[in-house]
Amino acid sequence: MSRAQSAPAQTIAFSEAQVAEVRRLQSLYPDPRGALLPVLHMAQETFGHISLEVEDYVATLFELSPAHVHEVVTFYTLYFCEQPGRHIVAVCHNLSCHLAGAPKIIAHLKQKLGIEPGETTEDGRVTFLTVECLCACEAAPMAQVDDRYELNLTPEKIDRLLGELR
Amino acid sequence: MAEIVLMRNFSNAESHTLAAYRAGSGYAAWDKARTMEPAAITEEVKKANLRGLGGAGFPTGAKWSFIPKNHTGPVYLVVNADEGEPGTFKDRYLLERDPHALIEGMLIAARAIRSAKGFVYIRGEYVQPWRRFSGAVKEAYDTGLLGQGFDVVVHRGAGAYICGEETGLLSSLEGKKGWPKIKPPFPAIKGAFGQPTIVNNVETLCCVPPIVARGAEWFAGLGTKTQGGTRMYSVSGRVKKPAVYEAPVSITLRQLIEMAGGVSGTGRLKAVVPGGGSAAILTADEIDVTMDVDGLKNVGSMIGSAGVIVMDDSVSIPEALMVLARFYAHESCGQCTPCRESTGWIYKMVHRIVEGRGHKDDLDTILDVAKRGAGTTICAFYDGAVGPYISYIEKFRGEFEALIPHA
Repeated sequence: MSRAQSAPAQTIAFSEAQVAEVRRLQSLYPDPRGALLPVLHMAQETFGHISLEVEDYVATLFELSPAHVHEVVTFYTLYFCEQPGRHIVAVCHNLSCHLAGAPKIIAHLKQKLGIEPGETTEDGRVTFLTVECLCACEAAPMAQVDDRYELNLTPEKIDRLLGELR
Repeated sequence: MAEIVLMRNFSNAESHTLAAYRAGSGYAAWDKARTMEPAAITEEVKKANLRGLGGAGFPTGAKWSFIPKNHTGPVYLVVNADEGEPGTFKDRYLLERDPHALIEGMLIAARAIRSAKGFVYIRGEYVQPWRRFSGAVKEAYDTGLLGQGFDVVVHRGAGAYICGEETGLLSSLEGKKGWPKIKPPFPAIKGAFGQPTIVNNVETLCCVPPIVARGAEWFAGLGTKTQGGTRMYSVSGRVKKPAVYEAPVSITLRQLIEMAGGVSGTGRLKAVVPGGGSAAILTADEIDVTMDVDGLKNVGSMIGSAGVIVMDDSVSIPEALMVLARFYAHESCGQCTPCRESTGWIYKMVHRIVEGRGHKDDLDTILDVAKRGAGTTICAFYDGAVGPYISYIEKFRGEFEALIPHA
């Protein structure tokens, strides 16, 4: 999907309370633009993903160029430029998880979800990612499912976790 | 049984609360430090031989003393809680299980460097540690520990390994992509938002309250001549009991593997990564080394973040290097040409070797590219990648050659 096609129909804007929160966050930093990452997190929670329109809107809140905001959004892995699934399953494929069987977990997920890492299921339920070290190597293999760390994964545990995602 | 300093509160299920922390004489060191002259605090930390525990191992007290004496503007204390070195998970435990130890360490450090504001940069994926730490910060504000001369801002990252590099972290904190900055000027002279800044790792700051409370001599005596204290070793890979273990820095790698229950899998050790993914690999007969900064430097590796990854003799070293090479290719920030180009190129070569499509001269090309690029970039990221590239190939060359047709 091109960025232009992903434009949502509604106007992109925070509520009054959210704008107040943006101003509070900006006041915490010697230069208000220090709050850019936290505000982008807020924007993603609010709008689902960070479209070009969201970037433009955030740029106006910071009196920054849209290009600066775009550069920041695309630098970091946790900001999504396109709408991800309702749940994100991010499997660590770094060394400790690899040694503990991450390739098997990844193969199992590919087969169960019918998609490759980086893709979203057709029903929009799950975005499947492989990611670098999440620093829970003592419980490898592991994954982050939305906000939670899921540890000591097995194919059976993956099945149970997937069953819980609506 | 060796002394437990950093993990002393972990067994208490309520260890993250102010009540539990205070019950274990929490904030007593801060009460003492606030009666001390700032320079005296720095002197104590110097005498304790505390070395940075995030990766570089720089003497903490010396770093603090670099803040210009005649500076009259703001000074910032920045906590690097952007843990991301492959094989490391200690700071996650500290943030979740002893957040007040970090706040107390920050209060003391801030007094030493005359800072009125601290930023804690927590990696974006660490949602639970962020919630726990933010809860502790709120408790500290509610009880007047914070907000009376020292403020703390908790800042979430957004997914980028390079932001664990201190100047990349500062760029990110300033609302930019996390590109490292050329040093000098060092952050102590010109850091966050252009002001003198000290960037310290979570675990490093958690050592400060015990140093103030029990004295520099006691802390220095726990370690070696050049590094005081204990530290938290993250042990994972093929060991029977992967976990974080606290031990004096004079412990040997062999003893540490025994602490973690010994080698699992085949039970026969092949190799160990001693200090996080970026440390040069050690073979099974190199594990009598002490796990302090200088001990590992002497054998051509580094203690780094003390992430220990153990490999039994069923592990394919070329495959392990491929996994790490993929990591470096993905995480290179793209600013410096040698790093941006070499990490991608080397990953492709190691990948095709593992798939049985390697070219006869690939190994020499990788070594040549790695050695030429080392030391030519703005930050230490590429040097960190070069450690594994060279050591895995030089120490296990036969295993790579066996995968290359007509090698």
